Amino acid sequence: MRQRPLSPHLGVYKFAYTMATSIAHRASGIVLSVGLLALAGWLIAAASGPESYALAVALLGGAFGQLLLAGWLVAFSYHLFNGLRHLNWDLGRGLEKSEARRSAGLVVLATLLLAAAFIYAAFFAGVPR
Amino acid sequence: MSLRSPLGKVLGRGSAKQGVSHWWVQRVTAIALIPLTLWFAYQLMHLPTANYDEVRAWVASGLNPVWLLLFIGAVAWHSALGVQVVIEDYIPKKGAKVLALLASTFLHIVVAVAGSFAVLRIAFTTFSAG
Repeated sequence: MRQRPLSPHLGVYKFAYTMATSIAHRASGIVLSVGLLALAGWLIAAASGPESYALAVALLGGAFGQLLLAGWLVAFSYHLFNGLRHLNWDLGRGLEKSEARRSAGLVVLATLLLAAAFIYAAFFAGVPR
Repeated sequence: MSLRSPLGKVLGRGSAKQGVSHWWVQRVTAIALIPLTLWFAYQLMHLPTANYDEVRAWVASGLNPVWLLLFIGAVAWHSALGVQVVIEDYIPKKGAKVLALLASTFLHIVVAVAGSFAVLRIAFTTFSAG
């Protein structure tokens, strides 16, 4: 293959925590894509009859399923707030380094609050399941 | 000085020949998903239980099938675009990359169609009071 010029790879940059918020956006997106499979599976099971639905509930209601559910709630909270941060950048706002650092902190804070609220509502609010 | 040819400027489609449509649709679906996901989360939390009859009645009730179809479509589309970029960035080998892109595209379409079909099937076979 022809040797073509490459842009500098990640390794040449000093680590900044805004990098972590960037890769976390992709990671949470992938986690949520897996969640889409579960959502479709849950609906298909509900459309296919009580036996298939019981299986879906057994899978999602088990320890692993509940862990996944909590993971999707955290991933969704993060992806929502960091996505809003991206949309703000798309308007050409908040692109200065200091602003990007501040918004990263805000996103993490908002994520913790919303994810905590979601997890409380989903697991501790006493909804019979 | 611009490096773009006059023809390239007029067509405005860049090297992928798709112009800004990927970027744009990713934003449009992102904005649509803000109310749709919050609606979905709110609805799930207000389901009295997650048992079979309860869930089917909820899916079939009122305009819920419409919102669910929009939700599934927007999520699948947004997810397909996002996963595509991740594959393009992290799988360097051309053959593996094309295979992964194909697999992701097919899987997203299958999931969107099957999920939508499930919603319609429930909506048309459940007679709820709602």
